[in-house]
Amino acid sequence: MELDRELLIGAYRKMRTIRAFEEKLGELVTTGKLGGFMHLYVGEEAVAVGVCSHLDDGDAVASTHRGHGHCIAKGVDVAGMMAELFGRATGLCKGKGGSMHIADVEKGMLGANGIVGAGIPLATGAALSAKLKRTGGVSVAFFGDGASNQGAFHESLNMAAIWKLPAVYVVENNGFGEFTPTEFVVPVKDIAVRAASFGMKSLIADGMDFFDVYAKAGEAIAFARSGEGPVLLECKTYRFAGHFVGDPLVYRSKQEAEEWIQTRDPLPLFEARVTEAGLVEADELREIDREVALKLAAAAQAADEAPFPDLAELTTDVYFEEPRS
Amino acid sequence: MSRELSLGQAVNEALQIAMETDPDVILMGEDVAGGGDRTGDDVDEMGGVLGTTRGLVKAFPDRVLDTPISEMGILGAAVGAAITGMRPVVELMFMDFIGTCLDPLLNQAAKFRYMFGGKVRVPLTVRTVTGAGMQAAAQHSQSLYWLTAGIPGLKTVIPSNPIDAKGLLLAAIRDDNPVVFCEAKMVLGSIAEVPAGDYEIPIGEAALVREGGDVSLIGMGATVPMCRSAAEQLARDGIQADVLDLRSIQPLDEEAILATLEKTGSVVVVDEATPRSSVASDIAALCVDRGFDFLNTPVKRISAPHCPVPFSRPLEQAYIPSIDRIVETVRGLA
Repeated sequence: MELDRELLIGAYRKMRTIRAFEEKLGELVTTGKLGGFMHLYVGEEAVAVGVCSHLDDGDAVASTHRGHGHCIAKGVDVAGMMAELFGRATGLCKGKGGSMHIADVEKGMLGANGIVGAGIPLATGAALSAKLKRTGGVSVAFFGDGASNQGAFHESLNMAAIWKLPAVYVVENNGFGEFTPTEFVVPVKDIAVRAASFGMKSLIADGMDFFDVYAKAGEAIAFARSGEGPVLLECKTYRFAGHFVGDPLVYRSKQEAEEWIQTRDPLPLFEARVTEAGLVEADELREIDREVALKLAAAAQAADEAPFPDLAELTTDVYFEEPRS
Repeated sequence: MSRELSLGQAVNEALQIAMETDPDVILMGEDVAGGGDRTGDDVDEMGGVLGTTRGLVKAFPDRVLDTPISEMGILGAAVGAAITGMRPVVELMFMDFIGTCLDPLLNQAAKFRYMFGGKVRVPLTVRTVTGAGMQAAAQHSQSLYWLTAGIPGLKTVIPSNPIDAKGLLLAAIRDDNPVVFCEAKMVLGSIAEVPAGDYEIPIGEAALVREGGDVSLIGMGATVPMCRSAAEQLARDGIQADVLDLRSIQPLDEEAILATLEKTGSVVVVDEATPRSSVASDIAALCVDRGFDFLNTPVKRISAPHCPVPFSRPLEQAYIPSIDRIVETVRGLA
């Protein structure tokens, strides 16, 4: 696998940024600084970064309610995201979207989404655009194990298969759909097998291992981009935090969670791999940690000091209106 | 130059022009090509269940897409295509089927521009057949334009004649907002001299299609011809009616409604939909709220009853607002 230093350092910086961003949010919500529903991506960083490392701005990503990680991995401005979560005028969406609706279409980020499974057909449509316009772009839908039970999932994969769309469906199987264990509601061990009913290629990756996700996503994205058709990529991962900030976590074993957190955390796993191979020094990673922490502290402070939207913004942007001449 | 076209043919012509003038316009839906790319002497295309899109797949083979029967997938993909450079026109065969695919309209298309801080446009058109009159029964006959009109971010239009249908559809397709375009069954076959060539009718402008000073009859889609016929009958008794064709349900041309109310002092709204939370009720409220001083009589609403659309012919006829009911209602105002 061609993994140069620059790529590895960039990937680590993104994973660390996601981790630190989410931890910062957890802190801000718990201290009452931020409101709203917040779903953290902690533990799943290797999936977003492993996949998005193969994408550029011409490729589209549709995300989920747990979308901060996908946004950061896709290159969305972190300060703009933070201001958005503070509901400020300087937010990426002028403070009108919030955590579940962060989007940056210019960067191919078609939005986090508050409706489980809704991003799957959106990404399918973006793949249709790429195919019809011959852009060479690929479209990625991130979604959870829970969304693989939605009709939108099955309808979309079927359409993508008959039209051979350049789409990659990345199911982040993190073991829980909200509070319900996946095995209670999904009758198959591997969600990847669902691709077979559409004659679709599928792959399974260890979602805690950046290198495995990077390799499998690379294969899937290259396949889709070459016009061979869509791919379903299942990444086995684990949601370190609860469904949302404030989740009492009564429904899962503390021991199980501790085991994942202590032994399968994607960041230490990544660090061990790259330092043992002599690709990157631990000191370099600590330096990145410091830079990221400073950047996020500055982003949070700037967001906190930014103005709220003018009340006149309440009813703007409902419709696109031609500029009056 | 103009030719006689049905409303369905006018829709077909508008689609043809839209696709000729913009390579990003695509058609998606169940059977919209309908076998049109098959060859064989005994094989022909359906062009949609009512044949409205017939011929288009032959003209634009790559841009007329037969979809699986997967309304959620179709609508959702169309929204995704709309925000990534295409200008999709989706055929939702009957508006009743919106129950299977409301989310892409309600939570995605309608809200993206707002949620994303004004940074995206959603140039999506959903063509859909509405209303009773074909004995299609309770799941293929509803007039649900009140539903989409009540969702901020969507526009909803309903033409009453082929000329408006062509111009409104071209405007809808070229609009950078999601627009629901309703084709009311009872006027789909109506015939008119339709101008050739490319023209648009602005969304949000009602049309005063008949002038009279005594009473205002306000209709939309299939109830407009009823209002016109009722007006002719009333004229024989010396009652002269304004007839206002709303054409657009959202945006609603409130000024045109208030102008006709100011002129006549009496309003009768004729709405094919059920009465609760309806366009008719909305207009009645508008007349009372902003036009109270002009009112000489109570505002009257003629709607379907609060019940599903029945199959049996006499029951269906009793369900649909009628010319007689309009005439009787106006006479009752005196």
